[in-house]
Formats: sequence, structure tokens, C-alpha cells
Amino acid sequence: MESLMAYVVGILFAAAIYMMLRRSIVKLVIGLIMLSNAANLLIFVVSGMTRGAPPLLPEGADAPLGAVADPLPQALILTAIVIAFGVLAFAVVLIRRAYEVVGTDDLDQMKDTDT
Amino acid sequence: MNLELVLPILIPLISGALSVALWRSVRYQRILAVLATALLLAASVWLLRSTIDQGFLVMEMGSWPAPFSIVFVSDILSAIMIVLTGIIGLAIAIYSLASTPSGHEKFGYYPLMHLLLAGVAGSFLTGDIFNLFVWFEVMLLASFALLTLGGERAQMEGAIKYVTLNLFSSAMFLSAVGLLYGTVGTLNMADIAQKVATLEDPGMVTVISMMFMVSFGIKAAAFPLFFWLPASYHTPQVAVSALFAGLLTKVGVYALYRVFTLIFTQDVEYTHTILLWAAALTMLTGVLGAAAQFEFRRILSFHIVSQIGYMILGLALFTPLAIIGGVFYIMHHIIVKTNLFLVSGIVYRLLGSYELKDLGGMYKERPMLALLFLIPALSLAGIPPLSGFFAKFVVIRAGLEAEAYVVTGIGLLVGLLTLYSMIKIWAEVFWKKRPEHVESLGRLRGEIKTGHKYAYFIPVVGLAACTLFIGLNGQPIYELAEMAADQLTSPELYIDAVLGGAQ
Repeated sequence: MESLMAYVVGILFAAAIYMMLRRSIVKLVIGLIMLSNAANLLIFVVSGMTRGAPPLLPEGADAPLGAVADPLPQALILTAIVIAFGVLAFAVVLIRRAYEVVGTDDLDQMKDTDT
Repeated sequence: MNLELVLPILIPLISGALSVALWRSVRYQRILAVLATALLLAASVWLLRSTIDQGFLVMEMGSWPAPFSIVFVSDILSAIMIVLTGIIGLAIAIYSLASTPSGHEKFGYYPLMHLLLAGVAGSFLTGDIFNLFVWFEVMLLASFALLTLGGERAQMEGAIKYVTLNLFSSAMFLSAVGLLYGTVGTLNMADIAQKVATLEDPGMVTVISMMFMVSFGIKAAAFPLFFWLPASYHTPQVAVSALFAGLLTKVGVYALYRVFTLIFTQDVEYTHTILLWAAALTMLTGVLGAAAQFEFRRILSFHIVSQIGYMILGLALFTPLAIIGGVFYIMHHIIVKTNLFLVSGIVYRLLGSYELKDLGGMYKERPMLALLFLIPALSLAGIPPLSGFFAKFVVIRAGLEAEAYVVTGIGLLVGLLTLYSMIKIWAEVFWKKRPEHVESLGRLRGEIKTGHKYAYFIPVVGLAACTLFIGLNGQPIYELAEMAADQLTSPELYIDAVLGGAQ
């Protein structure tokens, strides 16, 4: 399971970079979305995947019996998802405004501020 | 309970929320902005004083013992950065009273400014690597909105590059945090440092350290990852430019200092050599880029890049003296660079352009303004007795002592080319006769209102006074940098301070 997920993470990163390198700003944002998803999945995979063992204590016990899933990475991912949602919402509005102001969605036409 | 440790974060957060509540009344928002940043400055001085007294201040959120809780830690370096944040925040808040267009003020300029300051302060104070990511995002989101406020074409184009590269850097940072957690199983920076030192196979850690280097390198605008900076920093209104120029890239530099002195010291030969060459090339490309520019703020933007090189050089040499020099350089640079942007804003207000070919004759009309430009400009180039001289002197001397002659030579050359750029601005804006086509452009805006005059000039004069103070009174500042460097070069102090209570 973990090796499969590792491939999925790799493919997601590769696809994200590919999309970001294309000229259309819409594809750029799709690339950014995939990039943040890839990072989230990566956290999930590298911190170890334990199935069917929620980190709950049985009544009266001080420590969990046997191996349990680590809840911390899931909390990290949840935080990262919320942050990514906010940032990407901004990015979507930004490309819409940029399209209105500049009149094109081609990144090659947006060279006014380059040096 | 160390109240002073959280005040620098709470003050901007609360005043940001209050500013949103006062959405309809721009007048109260303006008063609040100045009051809150003044309060922030006072709190930061308090923090610095008690950090000097106690060495480290540590606060565990929710009273959970470290490493299980999120900790806020203040060492001397953090406290210095917080004081600088306070100084720049106050200067920008006063300057904004005059320079910010009223349309921007109505659409949340002040709440965003507070949020940005909160993000910056949080990044400097947190002792938890994932929490650092969260504060980075707070800061970034505020900066995105500030950058695009106004919605002009150049701003949109600059913002797309800025947003993309910064989001890429964040994704990389997040992946690196995940990998690091997978390797050592903790997020507390002191705990990570402790566990990394005991790992049997440091190869994986070196890989992770490179991911951190690239991610923070993008945020710090180090070579070859700086292209977003000169493409975007000259596009927003000038108070925002000045705020970004002073604080944002320095958060990246601070993060590099933090992780590459505390956590990733297992393979200094490899990682810090890469940093060394990155620093040399950052200095060189930045200053050469500036030489090719003929727009006031673009020249200054490229000089941010070249100055970042000196700060990273201090870290990369990794001797106690070099780190002192780097910390000194950060203190000097934040003040000087913000000041130069503020001066460019005053020139823009008077002549209506940032293009050097449309400017001129300012020395004759406003000798005081010329003097106020000259102080930070010469300081940036490193002319004694201004602050930049001592900052450069310490870094260069550390370079010679470490026998890194090529890089040190590049540092000296870059100082010379910086002087060339500053003289170019001086000759074009202040000495040159004003070109005739300027009058016909109809951009001249006449005299500044008396009330606005104070708001424009108080921050510039104040920051220039700071530059002079650091230059003429270098010893106590140097001692402060020395204390910071002492703590940075012995990470076990930091680890003890954070985890000591738990053992």
C-alpha cells in the first residue's frame, strides 16, 4: 500500500510541475492545486500508514495497546488543506482579475514587469 | 507566563481584527494603525530587554510540556528581528497616512498590514517547524492581498509570478516538513535538532536540508531563485513596497539562519559550501541586475537581492565572527532598505514618476530630501561612518579569516558596484537638470500638504537617524549581534532552554 501511494505522490508532483510549466494561467493554477495535494499526500505516506487502528485508549488504560495510527500527520494535513484552500481561492480570483486586466491568459504575454 | 513573548503576535492580530470591525471608518483605522504599531515597538523593546536578561524565553502553548506542545521561543536573534519589525511597522504606518490612496484604505489596507506584521512576528517567535509554515502562510496571504490592492495591470502580472513561486516554495517547505517528521517523528525544532544529531544515517537529513534550503532560498530571494522579487516589488504602492522590502525576504533569511545553525549542522562541509556559492552569485547577479535598470524602485529591488547575498554569506562561512556579521547586516539592511523605498515614494509624490529619465533637479529644489537619500544610499554601499560600513567590514573580515578569498573578493566588488548604482540614482534624480519633457507630461503634483509632510518625513528622518545611530554607536549593536551569534553557534543552549523543563 505504501509503495503504491509513493508512486501516486510522485505522479502527482510530476503532473503538477508539468501543468505549472504550461503557458495558460488556468493550467498554472491547476498545477498549484495538484502541487499542494501532492505535498499533503506525501506527509500522509512518509509518516507511516496504519490501517484500522485508531489512536483510542481502551477504558482504564494509560497507553494504547499495540501499534496505533499516528494522529499528528492527519492534523498537519488538515491544517495544510485549510491553508491551501484559502491561498488557492485567492489564486483563482487573481487569475480571473489578471485575465480581465491583461486581456489574455497566456503567460508569455505577461512580460511587462520582467526585466 | 511570559506575556512579552506573545504580545508582538497578539497586538497586530487584535488590531487587525479591530480594524476590520472599524471597516467603515477609515479615520479610526488610521489612528489604530499608528497606535498599534507604536505599541508593537514598545512590546518588542520589552521582549528584547527581558531576552537579554534571561537568555531565552520559552512559552508552551496550553501548558503542555515540550516537545508535545507548540512552543514559542525568543532568543536574541528573534528578539532583534521583532524589534526591527516594530520599527518598520511604525514607520510604514505613519508613512501610509500620507501615501496610501484612499481607495486602498477603504478596501482593507490597514487590516492587511496588521495581519502581515502578525505573520512576520509569528515566524520569528515560533519554535515549531510546522507552526513556522503556518505563520509563513499568514504572512504570504496578507502580502498577496497587499500586492494586488489597486488591481493595475503591472500589479496583476507581478502578482502571478510572486504568488506562483511563493506557493511552490510553500509546497516544498511542507513536503520537507513531512519528510522530516517521517524521519525523526517530531516537529519541535529543538527536539528535531537533538534527534537529528543521533541519527545513524545522516544522508536523508542532508536531502531534507536541501529542500529547506531551496524553499527558504525562494523566500529569501537567493540566487538562482530570486526572479519573482524584481518582477513584483516595484508594482504596488510605495508603502507596501517598502514594507515588503524591509521585512519579507528577511523572514526567509531568518529561517535559513534558524535551521542551518540549529538543525542541519550534520554536514556543514556540504550544505554550507552550497550556501557560500549561492551567496556569492546572489550578490553578483543582484548588483549586475541593478546596474542594468533605470527605474528607481527596480534598482532598489535588485539591490535587495544583492544584499541578501551578504547575509547568507555570514551564515555560509559559519564562523562566530561571520554570524555576528550576518546578524549585524540584517539589522542594518532592514532599516536602510525600507528608508530608500520611502525616499523613492516622496520623489514619486513630487515628480510623478519612478523612471530616472523623467526625474531630475531635486537637489536644487529640496536639498534636505537629497541629504535624506544620501544617508541610506551611502550606508547601503558601505561608506563609513554609516551602518553599512561596519556590517560589511565584519562580514568581509570574517571571510578573510576563513580564507574564502574569492567570495570575499566578490563581496568587495559588489560593494563598489552598489556605490555605482547609488551614484546613478543620485546623479539622475538629484543632480541632473530636470528634463524639459517632464513639465509637459503634466505629472508634477505641486506641494505636499503640511499634514502629509509630517507623515512623509517623520519615518524617513527617523530611519535615517537609526542608520546614523548604528554607524556612530556601533559597539553596543555589535555586542548585541555577538550575543545572538553566541547563541546561534551553540545550539545546545537552545535545546536546553526549550526541552530543559521536560527532563
